[in-house]
Amino acid sequence: MSVNFSPGGFRGAHVHMRRYREGEGQEFDWRIMRRLLVFLRPHKARMIESLFLMIASAGFALLAPYLVRILIDDYIVTGDLVGLRWMALATLTAYTLDFVTDWRRRLQTGTVAHNVLRSMRGDLFDHYQRLTMSFFDNFGTGSLIASITSDVGVVNELLANGLLTMFSDVFILISVVIVMLIMNVRLALLSLSVLPLMVIATYLFSGVARRAYRQTRERNSQLIGRLAEDISAMRVIQAFNEEDRMSQEFDQINRQNRDAFVKATALASMFTPAMEMFGTLTTSIILWFGGRAVIQDTLTLGIIVAFLSYTSRLFQPVLELSMVFTTWQAAMAGGERVLRILNIDPSIKDKEDAIELEDVEGRIEFDNVHFHYNDDTPVLKNVNFVIEPGATIALVGPTGAGKTTIASLMTRFYDIKEGRILIDGIDIRDVTLDSLRQQLGMVPQEPFLFTGTVDYNIRFGKPDATEEEVIEAAKAANAHEFIMTLPEGYQTEILEGSANLSLGQRQLICLARVILAQPRILVLDEATSSVDLRTEGLIQEVMDKLMEGRTSLVIAHRLATIHRADEILVIDHGEIVERGNHDHLIEQDGLYAHLYETQFLSVQTAEALTE
Amino acid sequence: MRPYWPLQLLAYLCMFGITGISLYMPQIIRRVVDQGIGQANLDALAQSVFLLLILTVFRGIMRFGEGYMTERVSQGVSYDLRNHFYHKLEQLSFSYHDRAQTGELLSRTTSDVERLQRLTGRGLLGLLNAGIMIIGTTVILISMQPVLAILSLAAMPVITILMRKYVQRQHPLWRSRQEIMADLTSRVEQNLYGIGVVRGFAQEDAELERFAHENDNIFGVSMRITRRQSRMMPLIVLLASASTVVILWVGGAMVIQGILTLGALVAFNSYMLQLIGPMRRIGFLITMLGESHASAQRVFDVLDAESDVVDVPGAADLGEIRGEVAFEHVSFGYFDGSPVLKDVSFQVEPGQVVALLGPTGSGKSTITNLIPRFYDVGSGSIKIDGVDVRDVTLDSLRSQIGIVLQETTLFGSTVRENIAFGRPEATQEEIEQAAKAAAAHDFIMEFPNGYDTEVGERGSTLSGGQRQRVAIARALLLDPRILILDDATSSVDTETEQKIQQALKNLMRGRTSFVIAQRVSTVRDADMILVVDKGELCAQGRHQDLIRESGIYADIYYRQLRQEDIDLAQAVIGGTA
Repeated sequence: MSVNFSPGGFRGAHVHMRRYREGEGQEFDWRIMRRLLVFLRPHKARMIESLFLMIASAGFALLAPYLVRILIDDYIVTGDLVGLRWMALATLTAYTLDFVTDWRRRLQTGTVAHNVLRSMRGDLFDHYQRLTMSFFDNFGTGSLIASITSDVGVVNELLANGLLTMFSDVFILISVVIVMLIMNVRLALLSLSVLPLMVIATYLFSGVARRAYRQTRERNSQLIGRLAEDISAMRVIQAFNEEDRMSQEFDQINRQNRDAFVKATALASMFTPAMEMFGTLTTSIILWFGGRAVIQDTLTLGIIVAFLSYTSRLFQPVLELSMVFTTWQAAMAGGERVLRILNIDPSIKDKEDAIELEDVEGRIEFDNVHFHYNDDTPVLKNVNFVIEPGATIALVGPTGAGKTTIASLMTRFYDIKEGRILIDGIDIRDVTLDSLRQQLGMVPQEPFLFTGTVDYNIRFGKPDATEEEVIEAAKAANAHEFIMTLPEGYQTEILEGSANLSLGQRQLICLARVILAQPRILVLDEATSSVDLRTEGLIQEVMDKLMEGRTSLVIAHRLATIHRADEILVIDHGEIVERGNHDHLIEQDGLYAHLYETQFLSVQTAEALTE
Repeated sequence: MRPYWPLQLLAYLCMFGITGISLYMPQIIRRVVDQGIGQANLDALAQSVFLLLILTVFRGIMRFGEGYMTERVSQGVSYDLRNHFYHKLEQLSFSYHDRAQTGELLSRTTSDVERLQRLTGRGLLGLLNAGIMIIGTTVILISMQPVLAILSLAAMPVITILMRKYVQRQHPLWRSRQEIMADLTSRVEQNLYGIGVVRGFAQEDAELERFAHENDNIFGVSMRITRRQSRMMPLIVLLASASTVVILWVGGAMVIQGILTLGALVAFNSYMLQLIGPMRRIGFLITMLGESHASAQRVFDVLDAESDVVDVPGAADLGEIRGEVAFEHVSFGYFDGSPVLKDVSFQVEPGQVVALLGPTGSGKSTITNLIPRFYDVGSGSIKIDGVDVRDVTLDSLRSQIGIVLQETTLFGSTVRENIAFGRPEATQEEIEQAAKAAAAHDFIMEFPNGYDTEVGERGSTLSGGQRQRVAIARALLLDPRILILDDATSSVDTETEQKIQQALKNLMRGRTSFVIAQRVSTVRDADMILVVDKGELCAQGRHQDLIRESGIYADIYYRQLRQEDIDLAQAVIGGTA
């Protein structure tokens, strides 16, 4: 057992930190809004219904206090018991209708919200599958994940809830004011005089609070980031005896986090009482002026009770409306990120008349291929070569020469800028991507495995393979034996970062995956990192078997590979500088001979032989 | 918790004050209606309104005090908990960290601590407040008019029970939504990390299907949550509103019959409205209480964990060492009890280079991890300069040992800070010297900011080989008497490896060094080779002797150089020589 620093543990932290990005904001942009509204289009009927329900529900909610007023003034004060019963029933009916409409409205908006969320997520993921590989070089994986998890959430918050809430708030606000004015103009104006103060206070507060809460989010993500890093580095901290220093550093971050939260809460704790004070001020105004008016018989008691009830209903919409601003900002920022991704056109896609690439012989031709990435610095210049069916070509050259690029062009991860790549004489841009890639088997340098079972990983390229086929492939890849020693054999879950498998084991499973897919053409990027000697032998054996009879393009790091290659292409600065077989190239005494001595013919070999 | 009791006490006092005022306020309204308006007493009206304003100001101040102090206490408690937690993790030995998952520990320090924080803060206070409000209101209402009180309060237990049921039913759904969301996130993550493989195997459609499945799952659960939620919230409002209608109806009749005053009726109504909040909250709070218990358990599990590697009482300082290392009948097993090392004995003289050789999982790393006491031996002993490592302080022991672990962990700071990790006070000169020795100086100088370049999270902006070299420099800067290199050059190319090997060779001179390597070249020059297989030391000695005497060693040695390569290489060397 070895000390293993699993890289997997970090995911939690990223997920956490992502959540805290929501605080960012952006000004309102009508163009973004219009494009976002498209997501609502399929749900137009539901949205309109929701709007009507919202207005109805607000109406019923406003009607109730009015009925209460009548109930007090016209029946209790006058002592009409029968009328009281009817009025009570009427009020109860108003409340019941409010319940029904509100229930229905919530259900409808909720349904829209989750539908929109689902389709936005689906669209994004679908888009990720079609974009060119260069897209992933530009956008970080983290931000792509954040878009699909949190950005869509804030956008949806605005689309499905924010818009409707805003409409209904404005509606309630206006109707309450109108009803109050109708009931008693003087008292209405007096009690509404507090409202502007409240709006101004809320607006000022929300600015300060936003900054304070942003600070808490920053501090908190710092804290989490630090914890994530230090927990996984705890062994190093111990090994280097730095516990005290790290404790002190952590304490500082921990303290900043605490202080930021206390500060933000202090602000929030001031806000609630302030709002309460405004509320009581309004109540006092109603009681004082209204009370005097009742004594003078210019007002009824019922109106006072109704007013008290109406003003309490004003606070909610005012609060919500002042918060809408924040929702808008977050939604705009999130919406912009989502749209920016959706706007990118997948430049590599099937032609309209693309044909299926059927079982190929495996003749590959690079015809005058030129290529550069986005930044225009040429990566490949005038590359020409042919691989006959079943032959092996080894690519050799210093790091950054363009070897990996050649392999990526084969699989059409990128499209070439000039020239042609032909398989059996057919330009790879004329066939469907699916059929092209089904003919190709790729073994990446870093053996990547998905979390999921061993079985799932082996059958990744051929999900419908039978159990026998999977085992057969594993056997052919010299992997069966070690798989059977895993706790649950083929059903063993591979941990994140493949932490429970050794490097060599990962490579063997990757090989089994390729073997099962039965490609006609192999694109191999040999690993440079060393695995233990026994496994290295096993891998070599499988590679040999795999290349037999298949057209193979190998980025070579092993002696054996260059020796068995039919042709070696030496790449430097994006050009083929030397070509030929091993003996021929050694004789030339050029770049290849140099590379051979420094890279391939590693010290130990030479030393061992001169024993 | 203890140092915060004065603040906590003040917060509770504030809460009592707030509750008291809230319970009294409807009585003022009653006075306004009955005496002020009813008896046309302007003085009573003015007094009541004035009292109302004064009480609100007082209540506001106390509300602020309550909120602020509660936050101070709960943030203080979680601050302390986190520091304790961190400190504990630093003390716990490797055997603990082997079992623990980073993500798991992280969620304990973050979300579990937050949950506890909410409990110590708003949770307990809120529960107490709700309790007092409910009992107080009930007592007041019954004393005002028992029949009306019972009628109007009838809906309240229903609301609490409904709320509690609702939370209980929704809770598993909320949790499962969170879980599915985590699944979906990791599905996207996996897809993006492996996008090359997905494309290479033309599996985009299968991936879309899998994603759609998770996406539909979330939709399904969310809709179930929404359906219940849409019904529940308006239902609570309806029940509360129905109570007020009952008050007006029955109470109205009582007013007409002269049993109740109009003011008392209005006060009744205010009390009811005040009660809805606490009634709703109590269902949530009880559930929260249950959850906090689980969180507390998870946090205290870690805080109470015993470190198995600690300084013994009266442990001595190791002092300057010469570097003699001896294993005497050392056996060791990890937590699951399966033996990893069996009766390992060897003796290393100061300054010797020891190479450990053996297949993966044979126990090589375990041997080197036992020297700095990352674990304690099961039986037998390890002695440095004749002193048992368990008899000296961990500080003095580890400060003499430099170690490069198998997988390099860097910190997300600058190159300089990473190299100087074990000696933050090192000068630039010393740092550069260490970097040069580790063949890292050249590539560092190629960065635009040189030694001040930020290496990204865990050093992600560096290549594997660069990370490894920074880690080597970090160990070398300590100028340790004992050096441990666990497969330190596994992910660098051969040319760089050669450079590092050369540098290391110079550095190892004069230090006792342990090297775990896959490559035979490192092994050949060692003063002593330990061949480990299945936890046992099966051979030890120098290369010349072992190649003749040890079958296992010869086997490993020759297998690395496959016959064809030897032949070919021979031909080349023969040709060029």
